[in-house]
Amino acid sequence: MNLTLKVWRQKDRHAQGRIETYQAKDISPDTSFLEMLDLVNEDLIKQGLEPIAFDHDCREGICGTCSLTINGIPHGKEKGTTSCQLHMRHFQDGETIYIEPWRAKAFPVVKDLIVDRSAFDKIMQAGGFISVNTGGTPDANALPVAKDAAEQAMDAAACIGCGACVAACKNASAMLFVSAKVGQFASLPQGQAERERRVLAMVNAMDEAGFGNCTNYYECEAVCPKEISVKFIAMMNREYMRALRKPPRTKSAGGTG
Amino acid sequence: MTTLDAKTPSGPLEKKWDKHKFDLKLVNPANKRKYSVIVVGTGLAGGSAAASLAELGYKVTAFCYQDSPRRAHSIAAQGGINAAKNYQNDGDSVFRLFYDTVKGGDFRAREANVYRLAEVSANIIDQCVAQGVPFAREYGGLLANRSFGGAQVSRTFYARGQTGQQLLLGCYSALSRQIGLGNVKMYPRTEMLDLVLVDGHAKGIVVRDMETGKVSSHSADAVVLATGGYSNVFFLSTNATGCNVMAIYRAYKRGALFANPCFTQIHPTCIPVAGEHQSKLTLMSESLRNDGRIWVPMAKGDKRAPGDIPEAERDYYLERKYPSYGNLAPRDIASRAAKEVCDEGRGVGESGLGVYLDFSESIGRLGEATIADRYGNLFQMYERITGENPYKAPMRIFPAPHYTMGGLWVDYNLMSNVPGLFVIGEANFSDHGANRLGASALMQGLADGYFILPYTIGDYFARTGAKKIPTDRPEFKQAEAEVDQKTKKLLAIKGKKTLMELHRELGKVMWEYCGMARNETGLKKALELIPGMREEFWKNACVLGGGEELNQSLERAGRVADFFEFAELMCKDALMRNESCGGHFRTEYQTSDGEAARDDDNYMYVSCWEYAGVGKEPNLHKEPLTFEFVQPGQRSYK
Repeated sequence: MNLTLKVWRQKDRHAQGRIETYQAKDISPDTSFLEMLDLVNEDLIKQGLEPIAFDHDCREGICGTCSLTINGIPHGKEKGTTSCQLHMRHFQDGETIYIEPWRAKAFPVVKDLIVDRSAFDKIMQAGGFISVNTGGTPDANALPVAKDAAEQAMDAAACIGCGACVAACKNASAMLFVSAKVGQFASLPQGQAERERRVLAMVNAMDEAGFGNCTNYYECEAVCPKEISVKFIAMMNREYMRALRKPPRTKSAGGTG
Repeated sequence: MTTLDAKTPSGPLEKKWDKHKFDLKLVNPANKRKYSVIVVGTGLAGGSAAASLAELGYKVTAFCYQDSPRRAHSIAAQGGINAAKNYQNDGDSVFRLFYDTVKGGDFRAREANVYRLAEVSANIIDQCVAQGVPFAREYGGLLANRSFGGAQVSRTFYARGQTGQQLLLGCYSALSRQIGLGNVKMYPRTEMLDLVLVDGHAKGIVVRDMETGKVSSHSADAVVLATGGYSNVFFLSTNATGCNVMAIYRAYKRGALFANPCFTQIHPTCIPVAGEHQSKLTLMSESLRNDGRIWVPMAKGDKRAPGDIPEAERDYYLERKYPSYGNLAPRDIASRAAKEVCDEGRGVGESGLGVYLDFSESIGRLGEATIADRYGNLFQMYERITGENPYKAPMRIFPAPHYTMGGLWVDYNLMSNVPGLFVIGEANFSDHGANRLGASALMQGLADGYFILPYTIGDYFARTGAKKIPTDRPEFKQAEAEVDQKTKKLLAIKGKKTLMELHRELGKVMWEYCGMARNETGLKKALELIPGMREEFWKNACVLGGGEELNQSLERAGRVADFFEFAELMCKDALMRNESCGGHFRTEYQTSDGEAARDDDNYMYVSCWEYAGVGKEPNLHKEPLTFEFVQPGQRSYK
């Protein structure tokens, strides 16, 4: 296959970006999208031109590193697929493909197609966990978890944190990502103790990072490579309201020793 | 001469770890904050270690090359994690897990380490469940289990086909909590380029900020390497594209011993190579072998569609050769058996390098819904890559380089021969011997990080004391200057070949001569070829861009440069070991029926290599292995 690529190039965070045109020649339909970019880069290097920088690592659709907006759609038009698992057999010979980075205020472009997604880590650091220290935990079977609850938690936990949901949202909302973590823990008995604190802290951190709000367009669900359901956003909203309505707790005064 | 003291505690096997924990010196809780630790790599081993050390009160600085610690390649592990819980009441026990692991590793692991691993395995599951890892459950709410290659009991815990992901996200969340609390300072997109020794102790590292290119030094009272394995030396492997040998190789160059580098695991169930464009290989979880039957046509060159080949003309070779383990034979055995049938000309697919993994029988017996429930995401992944539907036609699979059992030498405390340098997870050599059984890598990573290192590192601190080491010391300045020089050297080559071309050429040589089967002639050939290839790399590599910017070519160049040196060490180790064991199969040493023939009299030791200079003969040190509690015997899975 032969393709024309229109690729976003940007030197660094401060530089002005622009679209450049490249040709991808003799591409096998069995090639993955990133391997196609590898081949284009090989060509560029041979010509002494700087290769296109893009983020990738596992190339198995699980690490969440790859992040390309392909023809306007994060990870491309194949449903439930990351860029690294998208294969060229889904494109036409002679096609022109636009490749751009994720676009969101909270995800600044670092170089070419690479963006900074550390805002996601900050949200996790604010409360995306169950507070348990290593050691001294009870036997795993001491706390039964209904199969349905475990399955629901797993549906949410499958989120790979790639940020496609943000990139697809016209508000650049991170609510699918945040709700996946909130939903996972709210589904499990282990998550109950910090239920209110968690959702309040994570939503706060999300707002602080500059992500927008959800206005129910479901673009996030449509592009999510792991097909995380928007039902978790509904669940998060419910959790959030519930947490807000709880009377504020008095701060612990600590032990009296 | 380096002396190798494994520091294995005396006494009965089941008391060793308890006794040792009691003998370890403690650091008073109030004093812990005076000690600082550097953790490099934040996968299962590094992430769990960084979180646990911070919980204890140590000051932790953590580094990873990915943009977030959540992306470490541990995330890609699919099938499961073992633990001796005996929830299934099928006769499992700590001793059985220990025994299976020692036997599976072809008696090239340390007994005491492996026993400890089996012992803490049960705590790992408890820990992960408490963190909210959504393991598979039965309807009664209790945990579900399945069996895995190399075991006859169901001791594997799993979270669909995403177990590694869920365990990693568990420890990433524990780590995030500590970062949020200010107990861990996290440096993502930062690559370690050198280890710094002060008075013979590991006291810091030199890193490159991968966005700005800025090189800087960091000091601490101890350094922990948790940087994974090196199977990308083969170019094509199941590892993430960024996985490399750099951190442990540079520690090796600073005096750490490299143990058993030739022990690499070839995983039996990967998607076959489709063409030259391919950048990596994708693994299909070994758990598929629970319900999939492996076969090839009886006749050579039978090119009929699988559905057109009648039962009588199929060879279910694993079931035929290993009736008691069948399709669940250990990885090295299953991989070699696949290679054999393909060598005989009975391989399937266009390249002939593939065998069928067929689910039609189990779909018939259990229904498509059950199979989809168990392996749905793997089936999807297969279809995405190959464009074929595995519910309708059997999958095609072929072995591929996967996990590496070799790594830096460590003692029972997980400390290398360089005081203060700890090495955990896949980066060390200690627990798997010559072959790793399924679902035991996750177990080891988390055991080291959650339950072993946090105890043993305290002993080192208590013995050496806390000392603030400034990074303007000459040792740091010297290392920074060397790093700088190396970067300049790479950027100055301005050759004609791309790094991918050079790496691919090296990988071909390594796969051909040091891959699934090796022999003296081939290894000697590789050792002849590699120095020339390395020279070509330094003359003809093309590394564009500058040092002080985000430069993926430069990142890759540094990693590939190390592979060109490391490849030689790996071949030397394979050539020295005149026996077959586990993943190390020397064609000259096999039993009459083609199984690996070990030579316990001469090679029952850990080969530990000491660096002597690029292209120079490294010095071999041996740590003899003794088996007090199990009798090494021929591994039989028949």
